[in-house]
Amino acid sequence: MTTATLRAGATAPGAAVPRRPRRGSPIPTVILVVGAAYCLSPLVWVVMASTKSPQELFSTFTLAPGTGFLSNLEKLFTMQNGVFLSWIGNTMVYSLGGSVLCVLVSALAGYALAKFRFPGRDTMFRILLGGVLIPGIALAIPQYFVMAGLGLTNTYWAVLLPMVISPFSIFLCRVYATSSLSSDLLEAARIDGAGEFSIFRRIALPIMVPGLVTVFLLHFIGTWNNFLLPYLMLSNERLYPLTLGLFTLLSTGDGKELLYTTAIVGAFVSLIPLVALMLFLQRFWKLDLISGGLKG
Amino acid sequence: MRATSASPPVPDHGRIRTPRHRVPAPIAPYLFLLPAIVLFLLFLVAPIGYAVVLSLFGQRVPAGSGGYGAREQTFVGLDNYVTSLTDPEFVASVGRLGLYAVIVIPCTLGIALLFALLLDLPGIRGARIWRTGILLPYAIPGVIAAMMWGFLYLPSTSPVNAVLTGVGLPAVEPLASGSVIAALANISVWGSLGFNMVIMFTALRAVPAEVYEAARIDGCSEFDIAVRIKIPLIAPSLVLTSLFALIGTLQAYAEPTALRPLTDTISSTFFPLMKVNTDAFTNDNINGAAATAVIIAGFTLAASAILLRVTRDRSDAS
Repeated sequence: MTTATLRAGATAPGAAVPRRPRRGSPIPTVILVVGAAYCLSPLVWVVMASTKSPQELFSTFTLAPGTGFLSNLEKLFTMQNGVFLSWIGNTMVYSLGGSVLCVLVSALAGYALAKFRFPGRDTMFRILLGGVLIPGIALAIPQYFVMAGLGLTNTYWAVLLPMVISPFSIFLCRVYATSSLSSDLLEAARIDGAGEFSIFRRIALPIMVPGLVTVFLLHFIGTWNNFLLPYLMLSNERLYPLTLGLFTLLSTGDGKELLYTTAIVGAFVSLIPLVALMLFLQRFWKLDLISGGLKG
Repeated sequence: MRATSASPPVPDHGRIRTPRHRVPAPIAPYLFLLPAIVLFLLFLVAPIGYAVVLSLFGQRVPAGSGGYGAREQTFVGLDNYVTSLTDPEFVASVGRLGLYAVIVIPCTLGIALLFALLLDLPGIRGARIWRTGILLPYAIPGVIAAMMWGFLYLPSTSPVNAVLTGVGLPAVEPLASGSVIAALANISVWGSLGFNMVIMFTALRAVPAEVYEAARIDGCSEFDIAVRIKIPLIAPSLVLTSLFALIGTLQAYAEPTALRPLTDTISSTFFPLMKVNTDAFTNDNINGAAATAVIIAGFTLAASAILLRVTRDRSDAS
């Protein structure tokens, strides 16, 4: 019916001439192209700069290609007995490990908060929600003292464990469990005699997968980008994630062009997996989960 | 609250369909929540508690020891808070952050909203490509973003300056003291634009197309539709993005820290969190740093609560 009225409206020569947006001006597209160009320009720069030899970095035009790409790569991967490879491995441990554990913990908690009624549920949820608003970074220094108290500073655990708890992820999992899991289905499983954990694992978890992918991605990018926590917790360069390693290169490179070019080519290399991940996984994002969360 | 009071005649949100006698094993939800609760207590509650305790103590050389006694922890009440709040360096860092926030928050949200509305227009060509391009910086760590922008800002490697000096104009220096806050703000806007845009765009897509079609038939221009229909409809996602922008801005740390090696206009106490870190680890004033951290956390919580309250009141009134 709507389409019928629509067509009638579009063809009828009414008093008010209906605008035909489909043949609209190119200005909106032009603005978006400019926006995309602005967003991509530093990436163009880093691609170009990573091809420059240390001598070329400050002497040739910024966006002109250089001749040192392969030797830059070689320096990057051989520097300090291949510490760059450790940084890549560490980043994977922190981001991948932290995110997988976080999704598990959050899915369990979100499911419980969404699908059970039990004393203390609302209080717990409110306290968790308060946790969303607490700036993680203001927590980092006190977290350092707690970790130092536990004797865990300068270990993988110091960076990994604080990342596993994410009130925001729990909140999203609860929103998604509420909207996607039918209570009748869970009841039916209970009547069939299934245990609570096997209901969660065999029924709830598979249904929650699309939401969990989103939670995973958001958290993965968050942990990958985290800087202050590893900066505080770690002093052993072998344990650094990429962000911290590159920062150290840059800050010790003051005036030394060799370290600048190594840091730049390192930035370029570390962006490749992120960009690939982003392009590949974009279609699996269900960000309406986030906008929908506020109404609930 | 509602779950604890067992008053059967009151229907609970219309969920009467779940009969009471099928209440599942009461221990299961607690077991499911256990890992989250343990980690929450260990890594959120304990650090906050510890920071508050630290902030109430000070390192004092005991009186009467002639200055030779070992320093010991003494209870000093709110002294550290008074010292923090009256410290000119802290006040200056808050001022800089305020200026930064005034640039970052409206620019990020405004431009993100503009892009989301443009993407939602009928007849945009290549929308998916532009959207991906604008979203990409979100995945890039702040440290790397600051490094890339830092070189784009440096007079010797700036492509803008290459063009400017090429045509005989004076070179610009974004990292000079007068513009460094704007230069930092640009990095933040660049990094968070796409994510906010996608959230707003997703909210726009959730609105049934019939709403717009009806308005178009009534002769509304796309601009009218955007201002009068779309923006009010996606108000909840605007609240959410404002909240993220606010919290994110108060936490500004990685970008200015990563830019420091490239310029001397960014001090080690440039933003409040940098001041906390410098106090704790360079100046060895852990108690003072804890007090400052508690102030920042409290302020964030208060600002978020006020933002949520204000916007809720407004949406109730309309």
